[in-house]
Amino acid sequence: MRNLIAIFRKQCKDTLKNKTIFIQFVMFPVLTLVMSSAIKIEGMPENFFVNLFATMYTGMAPLTAMASILSEEKEKNTLRVLLLSDVKPWEYLLGTGIQIWTMCMLGSSVICIAGSYTPRTSFAFMGIMAAGISLSILVGAAIGALSRNQMMAASISIPLMMIFSFMPMLSYFNTTIAKAAKFVYTEQISILLAHVGSWRPEPESIGILAANMLAAAALFSIAYRNSRLTAG
Amino acid sequence: MSDAVVVKNLSHSFHGHQVLQDITFRVEKGETFGLLGPSGAGKTTLIRILTGQLRQEAGTAEIFGRDAKSPEGRKRGQIGAMMDSFGLYERLSVYDNLAFYADIYHISRAVIPDILKSIGLYEGRRTAASKLSKGMKNRLSLARALMGSAKLLFLDEPTAGLDPATTKEIHAVLAKEKEKGTTVFLTTHNMLEAEKLCDHIALLHNGSIMEYGAPADIRKKYDHQNRLCVTLKGGERVMLEKGSASAQRMKEYLEKDMVETVHSTEPTLETVFIELAGKGLE
Repeated sequence: MRNLIAIFRKQCKDTLKNKTIFIQFVMFPVLTLVMSSAIKIEGMPENFFVNLFATMYTGMAPLTAMASILSEEKEKNTLRVLLLSDVKPWEYLLGTGIQIWTMCMLGSSVICIAGSYTPRTSFAFMGIMAAGISLSILVGAAIGALSRNQMMAASISIPLMMIFSFMPMLSYFNTTIAKAAKFVYTEQISILLAHVGSWRPEPESIGILAANMLAAAALFSIAYRNSRLTAG
Repeated sequence: MSDAVVVKNLSHSFHGHQVLQDITFRVEKGETFGLLGPSGAGKTTLIRILTGQLRQEAGTAEIFGRDAKSPEGRKRGQIGAMMDSFGLYERLSVYDNLAFYADIYHISRAVIPDILKSIGLYEGRRTAASKLSKGMKNRLSLARALMGSAKLLFLDEPTAGLDPATTKEIHAVLAKEKEKGTTVFLTTHNMLEAEKLCDHIALLHNGSIMEYGAPADIRKKYDHQNRLCVTLKGGERVMLEKGSASAQRMKEYLEKDMVETVHSTEPTLETVFIELAGKGLE
């Protein structure tokens, strides 16, 4: 537990000094606040910008942050030195994952404020965001574990992040994309967020999210075993 | 059990290229052991095996009687390592780098100022690691390895590329560690450093140990001339056989105050290495 706390604290300090990562955590929450208050178009769906940016935030920030941080630690050998100090690979991954999750949940709470939800729907909103962020962290961790360096991680995470972030938006305009996007977790996050007020989640959405979660866990498990993390 | 490290018949290869071949040696607790060899000799691979980062293909590697790969072999406080790459958190300050490891080693952060003073980095404690010179990074990396009060320190080229003043400071720190009873396993291609610091050395070339022993014993073993070179005050050089036969002549020179210098013809470790490997260490 002490190792987890130490890694969490170190990661918090490092994030504040790592502009690339820090911007990802704050960009969408700030954009949501600005756009929601500045743009009001007649006929625009309720909380349009909140749902749009919350979905993009879920698919982008945690995934790229986790992949980038993990691959940087491998590239610069800080992870190798850390693992020599009796820190278990799972402690490092969990400590880092919790820190990213916490940062993203703070960002989500800002987005939630922009949505002017009731306390009950705010709770549901944050729950949906928590699930999406956790899933993205798992995918990011798998990419980071498989990548030898940041360049390699970016070459995998950026296209994936674009797919996860933009597919729900593109599915608004194209039915063919909508049919494929249905199986992507961010699309289901988008659907759940759009109906967060009624809070009657479709079993299909929950099923697809669960399947995505299992797939991400399996991907991470394979990546973890194939990486040099367990070998130290 | 007085051995900190025991390596028996250890071999390893990368993609069919034999990096280490049938390596056998032991390091006693409390001694400073030097692994000497040119770049590419297999020194870093051996350290990676001993620190449990790599599994050898054949043979055994034990740390304090436990398999180097086992979690018991890497228990907190057992080993500290300073690797060829520094592994520092570049965006964090000098202090924060050590503070993180103080938390990891479960020791009080109150020790950090003293450690920083001992390695001459106290004034720069707020400087980001990325802004440090190579020598300062080296010292910070060493401080981190020392922080956990490890019983066994692995130091991979601790003074490579450093200026003489920094090298001297690092040697002083290592001497203090030896006084405390810490076992030090270092790799170097600096023969003078090895002679100064090490109780025992192993000369590694092309993945095999060519010679093992105390530096003085190795030099003596390869002293084929077995003579003393006496330089007289007039500049004349006289070679004397080591032994009682030369004692009378030596006595005469000394009585007549003719002696400028006396040198043994013992080879340096560099010369021994060249004799064995056919090339130098650099």
